[in-house]
Amino acid sequence: MENINFILPEIFISLGIMFLLMLGVFKKNGSGIVYILSIVTLLITLGLIINFPSGQEVYLFNNSYKIDQLSTFMKIITIISGIFVLFSSYKYTKLEKIFTIEYSILILSSILGMMVMISAYDLIVFYIGLELQSLSLYVLAAFNKDKTKSSEAGIKYFVLSALSSGLLLYGCSLIYGFSGSTNFYLISENIHSSEYGNIFGIVFILVGLAFKISAVPFHMWAPDVYEGSPTSVTLFFAVVPKVAALTVFIRFLYVPFVDLIDQWQMIIIFLSLASMIFGAVSAIGQKNLKRLIAYSSIGHMGYALAGLAVGTNSGIQSSIIYICIYLIMNLGFFCCLFMMKRKDEFFDNLEDLSGLSKNHPIISLSMLILLFSLAGIPPMAGFFAKFYIFMSVIEESMYFLAIVGLVTTVVSAFYYLKIIKIIYFDTPKEKYDQDHHFGLKISLTVSTLLILLYFIYPSGLINFVSKINII
Amino acid sequence: MNEISLTHYLTLAAIIFTIGVVGIFLNRKNIIVILMSIELILLAVNINLVSFSMFLNDISGQIFALFILTVAAAEAAIGLAIIVVYYRNTGTIHVEEIDSLKG
Repeated sequence: MENINFILPEIFISLGIMFLLMLGVFKKNGSGIVYILSIVTLLITLGLIINFPSGQEVYLFNNSYKIDQLSTFMKIITIISGIFVLFSSYKYTKLEKIFTIEYSILILSSILGMMVMISAYDLIVFYIGLELQSLSLYVLAAFNKDKTKSSEAGIKYFVLSALSSGLLLYGCSLIYGFSGSTNFYLISENIHSSEYGNIFGIVFILVGLAFKISAVPFHMWAPDVYEGSPTSVTLFFAVVPKVAALTVFIRFLYVPFVDLIDQWQMIIIFLSLASMIFGAVSAIGQKNLKRLIAYSSIGHMGYALAGLAVGTNSGIQSSIIYICIYLIMNLGFFCCLFMMKRKDEFFDNLEDLSGLSKNHPIISLSMLILLFSLAGIPPMAGFFAKFYIFMSVIEESMYFLAIVGLVTTVVSAFYYLKIIKIIYFDTPKEKYDQDHHFGLKISLTVSTLLILLYFIYPSGLINFVSKINII
Repeated sequence: MNEISLTHYLTLAAIIFTIGVVGIFLNRKNIIVILMSIELILLAVNINLVSFSMFLNDISGQIFALFILTVAAAEAAIGLAIIVVYYRNTGTIHVEEIDSLKG
């Protein structure tokens, strides 16, 4: 039982959720205090995770739960981005009248589900974490319950996500049947041959996971759900679940299925190529910014998957760096979206940005930096993220993947630069409101500065990530 | 008579699973049918797990099936709640009329 303190973060956050639920029930108008206390809960959980002595691998609950460098790092960035999401969307949720106790509690419980997913080392534990996460996300997508668009996004997300969970479970059952165990390590010991059952199981599991990170051809829910849900929830969708799903990808590919790399490598390469091409091409004609971000995130997931397809430690590490930088860029971009409000109404179309630089030079400047970074233009952080991916891909002489990646980077630069053109050279519109909440300002400043100044000290992140050795 | 082997169970599960998946994609009428199809998929997985667990003499497959049953109930509850919210906004739950988001 002396290992119990290694899952103190999970225990603390689940007790925190129950306490906040009770507080919300018994205290009238308790949404403000629940909001503050849920940020405090996340901060304490973060402290408990950082407190874990690093460089050690701990297995808990009969080897069904693993805590190592990968899980610690991923949990830290999950929780930090959760805090930023809550912090930056305070005013938005208030004005959209979705600032209720359930909002922060659902975000907390989906973060708990992601933490369980990240650490899971057993199919059952993984499934429970995944479902805790998705059940909270279904409700969050439909959270603005008076708006047709939001509830429609909820329905679409529910149907497709439940379908993907079903496919994933079918894969899990086949893998269980053909390897005789649900534990990841025992599966990897028993799953050498390329029997049909094993191959089918791997394919079904990969399809289910590809749904969760919205890789092409399983992306069809993403644009609709991103557009329909409230913007704060879209921000949550765009960053936090992707971290958890990418970690699960790494765990599945490199622990239970590592001996069958010949079987799954082509699948991952295909997913990566298709996502990069589709994300670049289909974002061009979009009018809505949230929809555009959905297509751009599909493209970015393609680059992250390219790192996983390589099959080396450096590939995995470059994927992890990529997802970190992607997350910061998206946080900053959505902070700019939260600032586009006039008379308590929010705007999210491309044309609403026109001439933003005349009235709001600072917001436009940070948007310029973030968009350059998303397009991968040096010296912003987004360039380095893509650079690491392409380096590790070329090291393994997968030239075709690298060439397609570079070409799609150029194509996607077109629509990012088009937004910059609209901001700086089109006719200005009416001024937007200036009374931003301080959390929003802090989030935008921090994310922009991190993206802009990353090139001065890149070794900080690299040193941390290079400790993560999976193979 | 022939004995019922693992293959029979697996074939049954595969058929039910396929019916569920096809039901989601071909259904053009009512969202409730989609909920039923999702339930079919999860039950097919349960048949798979329990039969594997029987033939492997390993209990964890049945434990897994119990967890899936519980989660399926929660999922159906949340799905119905979302459908009720949608119905209050639009007055319809026809699949073909859910098209305000596209592009």
